[in-house]
Amino acid sequence: MALRILVPVLCALALWQAAILAWDVPPYILPGPLRVARTFWSNRGLILDNALVTIVEVIAGIVLGAALGWISAVTLAISPAARLALRPMLVFSQALPVFALAPILTLWLGYGMASKIAMALLIIYFPITSAFYDALMRTPPESLALARVMGASRARAMWHIRIPAALPGFLSGLKLAAVYAPIGAIIGEWVGASKGLGYLMLLANGRAKIDLMFAALLVLAIFTLALHRAVDRGADAILERRGT
Amino acid sequence: MTAPPSLFARGSARIGGAAVFGALDLHVEAGRWTCLLGASGVGKSTLLRWLAGTADAVTFEGEAGADDGRPLQGRVALMAQTDLLMPWLSILENVLLGQRLRGLAADRAQARDILSRVGLAGFEARKPGALSGGQRQRVALARTLMEDRPVVLLDEPFSALDVATRARMQDLAARALHGRTVLHVTHDPAEAARLGCRIMILSRDRLDEVAAPASPPPRPPDGEDVLAATGRLTRLLLEAA
Repeated sequence: MALRILVPVLCALALWQAAILAWDVPPYILPGPLRVARTFWSNRGLILDNALVTIVEVIAGIVLGAALGWISAVTLAISPAARLALRPMLVFSQALPVFALAPILTLWLGYGMASKIAMALLIIYFPITSAFYDALMRTPPESLALARVMGASRARAMWHIRIPAALPGFLSGLKLAAVYAPIGAIIGEWVGASKGLGYLMLLANGRAKIDLMFAALLVLAIFTLALHRAVDRGADAILERRGT
Repeated sequence: MTAPPSLFARGSARIGGAAVFGALDLHVEAGRWTCLLGASGVGKSTLLRWLAGTADAVTFEGEAGADDGRPLQGRVALMAQTDLLMPWLSILENVLLGQRLRGLAADRAQARDILSRVGLAGFEARKPGALSGGQRQRVALARTLMEDRPVVLLDEPFSALDVATRARMQDLAARALHGRTVLHVTHDPAEAARLGCRIMILSRDRLDEVAAPASPPPRPPDGEDVLAATGRLTRLLLEAA
């Protein structure tokens, strides 16, 4: 297992270093891995401080976006009136590039974490809502007929049958969210921030500290990979344990 | 359990413009087992769903219900071809599903008792995914018994089981549901011959009653009267097709 990760990583690093040696790329265009590693080590406090901010933004965005998506999907599934009123808005919100909202969110919510959390939330809200809503609407009709014969109210059928049956749909939305949420947070940081990995990369770029920019980028990549994997594993473990 | 009522369904059914069955007049005797036999696609299940009140896409002209005039809602239990077990619930929780759906306190002691009656003592904590098809259908029977309803509608519940498992399930169900008004939809003449106190054959445009064997169900699968009835029913199905 460790080998399956280690071998490709070492290959990529070797190729990277070899390319720099072969074409004699100057470090202000592409610094070598060793140089990036040294820069990371000497700036580790700075990088990890900023990474922590981005991590908190991403995780808060996922938690809030998942909660909001859950509530929206169940509301849409319960109420035809809500479907009539909210679905066009939902589709419209998806048609609008979320990036275009970043300056407005920064204007409204300020340069702190709130605007980045809002970006991450917005970018994952639609995938989670639509994945969960679709799953809620696909409850096998025979199960619902059984519930009706048993005398279930609509609310209890929702709680005991439709929601648990749709859980795999919700979790696949959550897996997508783990991929998208960091994009939202970083865009938010680029538009205006005083902390975070996106902010640090922009700052390093402006000061021609390309090796610091790469160090921040690598930390970001490691975090997003770890997040994606953790959510994937967590979701699969939940489904495995409950018997799907 | 309240006294089992007799049931009736008089009328016709269509889906959109297409007729499912024409005018028919079904009577299901109180407290006895009635088999409704017919080819696939002839509308047997639709007729059963009319009584269950779950045929949403179908338009009915006529009336279906209980002869005592009271609504069937709350007096019916349903058992279908697929077991409809919830894979995320334990076997015990699956048996308790009806009580959960009605917001009642779960009577675990009774659920355990019923599970042991269908031969599944010790399976309470398992998930449906760990059970065989026959065991799963026994859980579905336990869930049906837990409902303790005077009317039980069976929609080909044993048709996906292998022959030996099916025969055992038939014995178990016949004993467990004895005394209730049972309407059992099936396409298997041998099953109708084993289980039916009364046997009806539904074809495209008519519903006929066929004499059932005289001995009380569940009848042995190799009994002479059962074999003769199976042959007679098969012949009638052939001629109806």
